[in-house]
Amino acid sequence: MLALLFILFAGMAIGCALAVVAQRNPLYSAISLIGVFISLACLYVMLAAPFIAAVQVIVYAGAIMVLVVFVIMLLNVEEEAHRRTRLKFLVPVAVVLAAVLIAEVAFILVSVQEKGTTSVAGSDVGLTQSIGSALFTRYLLPFEITSILLLMAIVGAMTLARRGGLISRNNEAKRD
Amino acid sequence: MDSQTALDIVLKLVAITVAFTVVLLIVAYTVLAERRVLGFIQGRLGPNRVGPGGMLQPFADLLKFILKEDIVPDKSTRFIYFLAPVIATMAALMTMIVYPFGPEVRIPFTDIVIPLTIARFDIGLLYVLGITSVGVYGIMLAGWSSNNKYSLMGGLRSSAQMISYELALGLSLIGVILLAGTLDLAQIVEMQSGWHGTRWFILFHPLGFIIYMIAAIAETNRVPFDLPEAETELVAGFHTEYSAMKFALFFLAEYINMFTVSMLATTLFLGGWNVPFAEDIFGRGTFLFGLVSAIGFILKVIFFLFMYIWLRGTLPRFRFDQLMNFGWRILLPFALLSIFITATLIFLFPNL
Repeated sequence: MLALLFILFAGMAIGCALAVVAQRNPLYSAISLIGVFISLACLYVMLAAPFIAAVQVIVYAGAIMVLVVFVIMLLNVEEEAHRRTRLKFLVPVAVVLAAVLIAEVAFILVSVQEKGTTSVAGSDVGLTQSIGSALFTRYLLPFEITSILLLMAIVGAMTLARRGGLISRNNEAKRD
Repeated sequence: MDSQTALDIVLKLVAITVAFTVVLLIVAYTVLAERRVLGFIQGRLGPNRVGPGGMLQPFADLLKFILKEDIVPDKSTRFIYFLAPVIATMAALMTMIVYPFGPEVRIPFTDIVIPLTIARFDIGLLYVLGITSVGVYGIMLAGWSSNNKYSLMGGLRSSAQMISYELALGLSLIGVILLAGTLDLAQIVEMQSGWHGTRWFILFHPLGFIIYMIAAIAETNRVPFDLPEAETELVAGFHTEYSAMKFALFFLAEYINMFTVSMLATTLFLGGWNVPFAEDIFGRGTFLFGLVSAIGFILKVIFFLFMYIWLRGTLPRFRFDQLMNFGWRILLPFALLSIFITATLIFLFPNL
């Protein structure tokens, strides 16, 4: 039963991932990417990590992709759909990078098999409670640093998005 | 497969069928109730000709939707145009499975104990939030694929509105999570059964409740936050180009969303299926207790649905910039304040 579900969701993820690359219309690609995120969330549930699955859907499918679709909807996508590939030299680079990625995955698979796998069914690593207590005790410093980084990114985005930037505008006000 | 698993599967299928039938019937009659109550508020009668007192009106409406001509715009993006109403309806229906409609009940004359919930898992509340956040795609894609400026504006407005109010909605729920210490909806309800079934979380977290209600009305695109379909500005918003059964699906999704949002409010703030003193009278686990609790739950939900209709008959619509200002500058800071107050209360009185 579990194997069947795994094949179903993994197949969905791979199919959607291929569609992301193959589609010429950016909106179709974005929708396929949402499909990838949702099937990955299903795989997380099967790995006994429901919290990660829920966060995957809420953050990626529910927030980030909404913004991406938002932007695609506002821009004119017709042009992009008919344009031909410009950067021809990227094709061999992509092939090489794909080969490296496959080699890495193969390496991980082999090393995991040597060490022997641990069962995930009984573990509580993926539960909300264990993630919460780990974040606020053992990994508190990285957690706080990440939040400050995110805050800086938000402030930076605001500064760049405003015409002339926040800082220069204040200077102008002083000059007046 | 042994007999126990088979029994479980049969019970689950029965539970799903019963729950969906009951909910869809209530949703159908909410539409009728809305038209009748609005008529009453505006000093007219409303539909009362089909069946006794208009009771068969929802079925007549459904028949009309099925029989109407289904017009597809010539320049629409076909696949997404068909996909959008499906996403909207599915996302609305999928959250229904985690709500506890009642306590665990023993079926009379047997030893089978069943919970009045379809599925119960550790992250029930996050599941609801996740599915709700996917539901916005239905409206966005409908607006884009119709190839109509009014539809597109409606879709964009609605996605901006839903993203903004989702934040306040999520933050207003954190107080409840702090009080309960769990994300499992069944356990949250269980924790509110103290004080003879009146230990409701609204007593400890009233500000969060108010913020939740406002944000929930905005999330479901209802008056006074129904800007995505403001007819004076946008014809009919994102569903301008939809007709017949596809329009009916959007209509259905809106009312199911109202229903699920009301169920969440009941579950988190109004004690879920806890009816005051029901446990003292009937005793826990009996069939009558389950029945009274389930009816209590449905009645609380219907109270919220009535409030939705009442608001629609009373309030005018917001302007779009007012809506955004209200969401970001008032609702969000107050949601943070409510978390602060509740957390302080829990810190000062840990035995509350």
